[in-house]
Amino acid sequence: MFKKDFTYFENSDIVYLDNAATTQKPKSVISSQVEYYEKYCANTHRSNFGDANKATLNFENARKTLRKFINADKNEEIIFTKGVTESINFIASSYAKDFKTVIISSLEHHSNIVPWHIQGRSLGNGLEVVKYNKNLDFDMEHFEKLLENNPKAFVSITHISNAFGKIYDIKKIITLAHKYEAVVMIDGAQSLAHMKIDVQDLNVDFFAISAHKTFGPTGVGAVYIKEKYLKDVKAYQTGGATIHEVDFNSSTLLDSPYKFEAGTQNIAGVIGFAQALEYINHVGYENIETIEKDVFKYLNDELEKLPNIEFYNDISDSIGSRSFNFKGLIHDDIGILVDKMKIALRVGHHCAQPIMKALEIKGTIRVSISFYNDYTDVDKLIIALKRALKMLED
Amino acid sequence: MSIEKRVDDIKENLDFFEDELQKYEYIIDLGKKLEPLDEKYQIPSNLVHGCTSQVWLICEQVDNKLIFKGTSDAIIVKGLVYMILKIFSGSTIDELKDIDMDIVHELKLSEIITPNRQSGVIGMIKKIKEYALKA
Repeated sequence: MFKKDFTYFENSDIVYLDNAATTQKPKSVISSQVEYYEKYCANTHRSNFGDANKATLNFENARKTLRKFINADKNEEIIFTKGVTESINFIASSYAKDFKTVIISSLEHHSNIVPWHIQGRSLGNGLEVVKYNKNLDFDMEHFEKLLENNPKAFVSITHISNAFGKIYDIKKIITLAHKYEAVVMIDGAQSLAHMKIDVQDLNVDFFAISAHKTFGPTGVGAVYIKEKYLKDVKAYQTGGATIHEVDFNSSTLLDSPYKFEAGTQNIAGVIGFAQALEYINHVGYENIETIEKDVFKYLNDELEKLPNIEFYNDISDSIGSRSFNFKGLIHDDIGILVDKMKIALRVGHHCAQPIMKALEIKGTIRVSISFYNDYTDVDKLIIALKRALKMLED
Repeated sequence: MSIEKRVDDIKENLDFFEDELQKYEYIIDLGKKLEPLDEKYQIPSNLVHGCTSQVWLICEQVDNKLIFKGTSDAIIVKGLVYMILKIFSGSTIDELKDIDMDIVHELKLSEIITPNRQSGVIGMIKKIKEYALKA
């Protein structure tokens, strides 16, 4: 029903089921990019002529849009980045590096594991990992033990697992972490495409956001920084538009957000991201959640009928991604064949090798849906999977 | 039969199928025909670098010829291994030392397999050449 809003579906007959990797972009997002480049292409926060002012105004309006969208208190709390990877690396290196202990979960994406290794941390040596229970649930008891043993830690946890679609109860996690004076960052890469985020209600300290997984352009993201931490977070990069005053002896930086946004920003991308958020407002999270829940259940029901399928979690507390394998088959073979049947999905470790190793698998076949997917997409997927299985059988 | 002639034979067989899925069915069937490789040979030192899936390749010298055996954990890749073995196994060391073949281009594999898997096929050729140079 919503595919008509996306040019991609007019131009492609692919069944697109790789939304956890990136979502398609609505027409309004694409036209905002074209409009910027065709009608008022100018740099922001520097020059004072008409188009430059318009670009700056639209850029700052995008900040306001995102602030309202996640219910942040102040515009200064919204810093644009090039994506969640940069948001996490930024906070890791500019703020969290001085923490004695960083606590992550078992289901983290590499982008929330490797930045901690780069700081010289390893398991038990400045880095702790919360175990998972049966059904890939977050082990809250183990988490509390880690918090008890490592007070005032930095906690960096994913909200929704990109590999398995598992939703963690981040409000509970944040509340518990604060009890032990920990500071919490949430990897929200998969969040905004599926559900409403209210950073004040969550009482989160840092929240990393992706534009391109939220119907916006690639190369854009953001990080929400709670106001009380703004003065303690160091500038990640420095350069143009971050500076209050410079001489050859020293420099003084502007206040947030500008001191964190060095160099020319992805102006068109940021403006496009705001359009994506407006589009979500237009569709409504209520609709998104209803459709996704319905299609996700249908997907699961149909997949369960296939022979020798193996899942790693049920669909409780899950959304978006469904990961599985077929006994005796390598996921790669399925990926190759369904691609030739015009099904776009992802096979592999999904940048989450540690959990794959823990489950003693090399990877999975991951189908990830968005609200524009429908029963027909699922039916086409199932036909393709059945044909691939038939081709691969002995 | 020369290596070039064997390449032509495989190419002719692949060209017979216009539909990509039919080509894959053919490759899968070749994989099913691949002689099993004893598990004792499926060790890291016999792994081919560059493959998305695991490929093991071993070599045995008989007079001045090299006989190759191999397998993969992925069925489609097994088919590719079968093709490579069909082309190169049983060739003389001198022939194999000099191989300088863009096999991906020769077999038009770039049309049907992704760059990742193409580098796996190239990795197999490199390993074959390494075996020949060491022989």
